[in-house]
Amino acid sequence: MSSAVAKSPEGAGALPTPSGAPRKSVTGTRWRVAVLFLLPALVLLGALVVYPIGYSIWRSLYDADGSGFVGLDNYVDIFTTDSTLTAVRNTAIWVAVAPAVATALGLIFAVLTERIRWGTAFKLVVFMPMAISMLAAGIIFRLVYEQDPSQGAANAVAKSIHDTFVSSSVYPKARPNATAGDLKPSGGGSFTTTGTVKAGTPALLPLVGIAPNKLPGNPENAKAASGSGVTGTVWLDFKLGGGGTKGQVDAGEKALKDVKVEAVKDGKVVASAKSGADGTFSLPQEADGARLRLPGSNFAAPYNGIDWLGPTLVTPAIIGSYVWMWAGFAMVLIAAGLAGVDRNLLEAARVDGANEWQVFRRVTVPLLAPVLVVVLVTLMINVMKVFDLVYIIAPQPSQDDANVLALQLFLSSFGGGGNYGVGSAIGVILLLLVLPVMYVNIRRLRKERQR
Amino acid sequence: MTVDTTVRAKRSLAARVAGGAAGGVMRVFLILVAVFWLVPTFGLLVSSFREPTDIASSGWWKVFTAPGQLTARSYQTLLENDAITSSLFNTIWITVPATLLVVLIGAMGGYAFAWMDFKGRDWWFLVVVALLVVPVQVALIPLSDLFGKIGIFGDIIGVVLFHVGFGLPFAIFLLRNFFAEIPRELLEAARLDGAGEVRLFATVVLPLAAPALASLGIFQFLWVWNDMLVALVFSNSQSQPLTVALQQQVRQFGSNIDVLAPGAFISMVIPLAVFFAFQRQFVSGVMAGAVK
Repeated sequence: MSSAVAKSPEGAGALPTPSGAPRKSVTGTRWRVAVLFLLPALVLLGALVVYPIGYSIWRSLYDADGSGFVGLDNYVDIFTTDSTLTAVRNTAIWVAVAPAVATALGLIFAVLTERIRWGTAFKLVVFMPMAISMLAAGIIFRLVYEQDPSQGAANAVAKSIHDTFVSSSVYPKARPNATAGDLKPSGGGSFTTTGTVKAGTPALLPLVGIAPNKLPGNPENAKAASGSGVTGTVWLDFKLGGGGTKGQVDAGEKALKDVKVEAVKDGKVVASAKSGADGTFSLPQEADGARLRLPGSNFAAPYNGIDWLGPTLVTPAIIGSYVWMWAGFAMVLIAAGLAGVDRNLLEAARVDGANEWQVFRRVTVPLLAPVLVVVLVTLMINVMKVFDLVYIIAPQPSQDDANVLALQLFLSSFGGGGNYGVGSAIGVILLLLVLPVMYVNIRRLRKERQR
Repeated sequence: MTVDTTVRAKRSLAARVAGGAAGGVMRVFLILVAVFWLVPTFGLLVSSFREPTDIASSGWWKVFTAPGQLTARSYQTLLENDAITSSLFNTIWITVPATLLVVLIGAMGGYAFAWMDFKGRDWWFLVVVALLVVPVQVALIPLSDLFGKIGIFGDIIGVVLFHVGFGLPFAIFLLRNFFAEIPRELLEAARLDGAGEVRLFATVVLPLAAPALASLGIFQFLWVWNDMLVALVFSNSQSQPLTVALQQQVRQFGSNIDVLAPGAFISMVIPLAVFFAFQRQFVSGVMAGAVK
């Protein structure tokens, strides 16, 4: 066997090492045969990859329609125009955050699944999104992030968590009748009586602003409170078809149940109660002489979830969908690297009394460092080019806030912009960003050749 | 493994109980992660099987209480939509040639770099490696200009050419490294039997390289099938693939969900089938291409 066959000990994720010294041709190839084999590839690479690089550099020095030489103006424009500057900033955020998060998750998943029987099934689940298009992933997450909690899963979860801790308001649109009753707005959406309540004289707290047939559930008819305690009624002082006296509990008017009533003395809440099914409530004796307040929580607008795709959260939200797609990539490469780690080193550390966290932090991670670097660099290159996810997930009004360089290139040149000058300049910037990686690849290859 | 168990046995009972609890927490965590990873796709899948009116009035999780809502009507409507079906065929007409050409031309180039002698071979190979990381965005403007001049802008052939150009560096890189591992004796034996370079390539090298060719083919196939950007620039309404046809519906996301959900699923079926059928080749392709 020739030296060419010697297996190179390649770590997972590393460039597969081109092995050995230059091989002599087996057949004593005439150069014409070599040309025949190489020509299609070289012609296509030349015309479709190399030529565009040169063209872009040249074109980036000319104006929108290519008629006037503008020097570096296009580059200056990119870093001084607001919209492109947002794209530059967002691309920087993407490159800084997305690869790190995906790699960290990949590392955690790879380490945790190592000793679990269903680890392979888990890996399959997390790795699967890599096979689908960013368009499909974009549509999937557009649906997840839908604003309406009855549509988008993210906000459905957010709302149910929110409503578990903060009781939702029952009557968001209710308000006191301006002309009848004693309730006046007292800030924060609350309403407070101007007079005080007395034991034995039931308080009347009439509200309007909701149609009786829009009340939730099957409301009972309101009942005037009675008794010698501090009592009262909260009810809807209006019935379909009209009639009745304002400020009085008339027959057929509906009770408003579950309204919180607070008794306030000198600005302090001394007691509180909730209205029952018939609208009545009763407060303890110490509420005698207090003012009654209906706190704003009764009337707050319902919680509608988080504005995921609004200006502030749109980039983190899209990065989340990217991590969903690519954490599996990091996990698979790191798991392969982990399989090559010498178990004895880990066990030695454990015998020396290190706990699992210390083993992970001091032994596993340093041993995996080369793989982690490859994963991070690969994802960084990938992230610079991210286009589809942003284009699909960001709704039109937030597109400017979610903008990245790859999207801006498209918008400037094809999406109605028609400016090939700025587009080319962005292309050149993207190329410059990957040059260091190109250099490292070449150096690695040359080193391996010389070995 | 034996070391493992003895060390475990030496640990105190308390440590083992704590370890067991940690293991339980870890399992619950992983199950939650897996659910978290599956739910988004599942939500779209369920949505694709609901009526548009149901989608508008409630979330997809409603089907757990109202399974009667499930219907394949959206798919039926979608497959009767000529724009969508013809774009699906365009996807195939773009993907199949772009994959076969990259595998064939890449194999020829890879073989030349691995086993032929010519001047500047190593230098040329360095150029190919350098091109591995060139972002496709760089070529959008130059090639729309070039394709416009030679009259293939908007044609399927332009989209195919673009994918071939940007698939080749990885193809040559992957296959050259694989070919270089073929034992010299095999090639010399074939040569002694009187095989010429072309026959040697076709009858000895290619069959031996089948696993690598499969890896590359799967990778390239998925890359082209899933592409949206290149097709968005280089195809027109006649030649656009499924991704572009669907993308045009996204602006009215809410009202077009009955097209988008089943459409996205149809576009995912083939890649997922390929993924599950060829997991091993896919993973080795991903690893080899880690720096692409």
